Amino acid sequence: MADNKASQILLAPNRTGAQTLIFHNRPAIASCAAIAGDMEGQGNFGEHYDLILEDDLWGEDTWEQAECKMFEEVVRLALTKENLSVEWVECLFGGDLLNQIISANFAARQLQLPFLGLYGACSTMAESLLISSALISGGFLSCAACAVSSHFCTAERQYRFPLEMGTQPTPTAQRTVTGAGCTILVQEGSACAKNVVVTHGTIGKVMDLGITDANNMGAAMAPAAADTICAHLADTGRSMADYDLIVTGDLGCLGSQLTRELCLKKGVDLGDKYFDCGERIFTAAQNVKAGGSGCGCSAVVLNAYLLKELFSGVYHRILFLATGALLSPDSSQQGESIPGVAHAVALECC
Amino acid sequence: MNQKEITERESYQKLVEERAPKSPLVMDCLKAFLVGGLICLIGQGVSDFGEYVLLLEGESIPAFTAIVMVFLGALLTGLGVYDKIYQFGGAGAAVPITGFSNSVVSPAMEFRREGLIMGTGAKMFTIAGPVLVYGIGGSVIAGLIWLMIR
Repeated sequence: MADNKASQILLAPNRTGAQTLIFHNRPAIASCAAIAGDMEGQGNFGEHYDLILEDDLWGEDTWEQAECKMFEEVVRLALTKENLSVEWVECLFGGDLLNQIISANFAARQLQLPFLGLYGACSTMAESLLISSALISGGFLSCAACAVSSHFCTAERQYRFPLEMGTQPTPTAQRTVTGAGCTILVQEGSACAKNVVVTHGTIGKVMDLGITDANNMGAAMAPAAADTICAHLADTGRSMADYDLIVTGDLGCLGSQLTRELCLKKGVDLGDKYFDCGERIFTAAQNVKAGGSGCGCSAVVLNAYLLKELFSGVYHRILFLATGALLSPDSSQQGESIPGVAHAVALECC
Repeated sequence: MNQKEITERESYQKLVEERAPKSPLVMDCLKAFLVGGLICLIGQGVSDFGEYVLLLEGESIPAFTAIVMVFLGALLTGLGVYDKIYQFGGAGAAVPITGFSNSVVSPAMEFRREGLIMGTGAKMFTIAGPVLVYGIGGSVIAGLIWLMIR
């Protein structure tokens, strides 16, 4: 069947391999911002966040309102930081973890921007970067904002138990990160463009190797992360030597170890050029078992730390993956296994 | 699913099991024993207080004890302390009646924002509900069996 494709379908010029998009007209980063909760503020990247919340409610009546406010504020913050106007954004991309992605939807109502809501569980940051980059590269947008958020308290009540309910986390359990991150993308060559561009995007496949434990999402997502990393390298003909760093979103301690092993099986040795945001975001003293999770996890690390390291030239080229566990409390209770997905974007300092 | 996929799944699940950090079982049991024992000790103190100070008699002593312990569990939940005791003590904090109290009060508090009827009222027993259903159901069945064999 495969060799019939070219005879039946006119092949797109901006693709390479099975899953990867090449952005010949490279979108550039214009600005980025990250807001984090107080516990995240005490973590490893504390000094890098633009804003750290003093309490989880942030002056609102409900946790959901607080998360929505984080989403809205992080977009405004990313724009005002570089003296960009909200009206210049031609499309907002993003999502969160809640049912009907209400944080993103309600924030978009406040921002009054054209909006495409996305749900890729915790993979949404990379997903929105990938889609907006394609649209900018294709000449359909000149300025886009990509934002995601997650909040410990809203995620707990939707996916797990009430906050004050006593529970004992298992050693593989992860803590949802309270945080929101936003990246502003523009056409390369814009006056406000910084020295970092998006060069490739790899769309991940949904992978499922039968993990059913909702307290072990790292293991559920690891096959997807490994698959996307290997697909990206195969599609682009690159190797680990071409990257200064490969970063995954929220696999945690166990998930990142499994990803290393799965990649090694496929002949890719991640070595010391790899780290996982979930594993790094909290300190060991904070006792959060396997690490952080949630779409805010990779978003705050990318927008508070990784992009700045790229701006300053510490890293020249990185592959950023956000990983999502595609479960609901209902599917979990019905005994369904947890599928995972991971999308990747290659970022380059130029 | 073909045989290759089944083998891949099985070998991955085996790998996950090997790599996953294990719960410190002995330490967890010891903590549960200490916390559970301490709660029961307090309960015994309340019971003695009812019997010797308040001069309660017969079945009113355990009733008094249960009421006081449920109140303490609810109070500590409201103050945001019980979940921390639970994190340390595990089953030692879950099994006594204070744990039951925590499982009713915590959703009642959490879902207050959805209103008194559809929030607190409807969600209050989402966690404790199964305990009541199968606890009461089981005792009815046990009662019927006892009625038949005695």
